[in-house]
Parts: sequence; C-alpha cells; structure tokens
Amino acid sequence: MMHTEFIVVEGDFANAGKASSEIKKTLKQLNIDNQKIKKIVVAVYEAEVNAIAHAYGGTIFVDLDEEKICVLIKDKGPGIPDIARAMEKGYSTASAKVREMGFGAGMGLPNIKNNVDELDIQSEVGVGTEIKMIVNFNS
Amino acid sequence: MKITDIVKILDAQVIVGREDMDYSIDHGFASDLMSDVLTLEEEHLILITGLCNNQTIRTAEMANISVILFVRNKQVSEDMIELALENDIIILSCKYSMFRTVGLLYENGLVPVY
Ligand SMILES: Nc1ncnc2c1ncn2[C@@H]1O[C@H](COP(=O)(O)OP(=O)(O)OP(=O)(O)O)[C@@H](O)[C@H]1O
Ligand SMILES: [Mg+2]
Repeated sequence: MMHTEFIVVEGDFANAGKASSEIKKTLKQLNIDNQKIKKIVVAVYEAEVNAIAHAYGGTIFVDLDEEKICVLIKDKGPGIPDIARAMEKGYSTASAKVREMGFGAGMGLPNIKNNVDELDIQSEVGVGTEIKMIVNFNS
Repeated sequence: MKITDIVKILDAQVIVGREDMDYSIDHGFASDLMSDVLTLEEEHLILITGLCNNQTIRTAEMANISVILFVRNKQVSEDMIELALENDIIILSCKYSMFRTVGLLYENGLVPVY
C-alpha cells in the first residue's frame, strides 16, 4: 500500500501534468501494463487540468496497492452546478485563457469516464468538487 | 514515414531528436485541443498542432505520442525542450500553415488515425 499527495495551484498551467507525470513514473517502475498506465494518467491529467482551469486548485490523493489505483482529486470550488450536463461531450464553460492553453473541448470528463473502472463525482456549488476514480490492474 | 522525410517535405527544423532521424511513423493527427488528442487510442503517432506550450508536451507524454510537429514557426521554450527530452519526444517545427502541412503529409502517405 502506497499513499502520495500532490498540491495543484489555480491557473498554474506551467505545472499542470506534474502529478500525472509522477504517477506515470511510479506505475512504470511497478511494471503495470502500458495500456493501463495510459488510461490512468489520461484520466488523472484531465482531472488535474480541470482543478487548475475551472477550480481554485486543490489536492490529489493517490492510493496504490497490488490490485488497483485509487485517485481522489479534491478542489476548493466553485463546484459544478449540473454534473450530468458537465459530463456531456462538448459541454464547456472554459474561459478564453483556458482555451488559449489548449483546453475547453468539453471532452475532459467524458474522457475520464471512458478510461476508469469506477468514477464518483461529488460537487457542491460554492464549496468544491471531489472526483474519485479507480482503475483495477487485473480487469 | 521517417523523420528525415518529414523534414524534407516540410522544410522543417528538428528541435529535439536530431539523433532520431530514422525514426518512422505511420499515423498523424492534427488538433489544437488537447482533450481531443487525449481521446485517441492509437499511439506513437505524429501530433500536428499550432498549440505550443508545456501542455502540448504533457499531453503527448500521457498519450504516448512520440513526435510533435509545430506549425507556423512557433517558438519552443526551454521548459518544453526539457520536458520533451525527459520523455523521449521528438519535436519538429515548420513554417507552413496547418492546412498546408497536413495536406503535404497526407499527399506523401501519412495515414490519418481515423
Ligand atoms: N473541478 C471543477 N470545478 C468546477 N467546474 C468544473 C470542474 N471540472 C469540470 N468543470 C465544469 O465542467 C465542464 C466540463 O468539463 P470537461 O473537463 O469535460 O471539459 P473542459 O474542461 O471544459 O474542456 P476539456 O477538458 O475538453 O479541455 C467545464 O467546462 C466546467 O464548467
Ligand atoms: Mg477539462
């Protein structure tokens, strides 16, 4: 069992992807299947960028054991008013700055869903969003 | 299609990966939207893009994309070069527009992802 945490900072696009990159290195060292690694890091990267682009930063908690990886991305708001709508392909409220950074296709959350075995999104407007994802190594 | 061929066809510059001129790639994908790129199952392709920042390299890292080609003479930063070196990503740059670049590569046999 291994536990790691990463802090992500609002608007810090220069460092977006650092946490996902660290996770990728760890999984490679553990000889996890490459296809699995890609699924995990694409999902975490999308969530990491969302916390930087749409929220006021937050923390990524990673728990790893022999069977699975569990990643929780907890941000400090503003929350998602309509999660079902946010999950739709193409739905995006990305700002001009976020679009300039190459994001805002409205594909991030659908991408996450496609790549993980379990996904749970909890969000409260004015408080924050928690995205929990699990990928099993042997499925 | 080898990196040398791409360089010839586009009169491109090799920013990272001068020792990989024989590296060969079959498929190409063009987009400025990173989440669009992150939907691809295909790997080891060439990403043709006008988006030139750290996130372009990070996206390639996560998606196992091995070659990035920047169009329209984009300036590649030191940070980006470092990230590319760390992740064995080849970076090319050309002065042509996206439309012309993609057209030339297609005409010369680079295969679309879908
Ligand atoms: N952590 C978050 N906090 C607040 N709102 C969020 C958060 N994550 C997503 N959203 C909202 O959900 C929308 C859809 O998110 P999604 O990741 O699918 O697309 P995007 O980030 O806008 O674009 P892309 O991910 O394709 O670059 C966002 O535009 C935003 O309105
Ligand atoms: Mg997103």
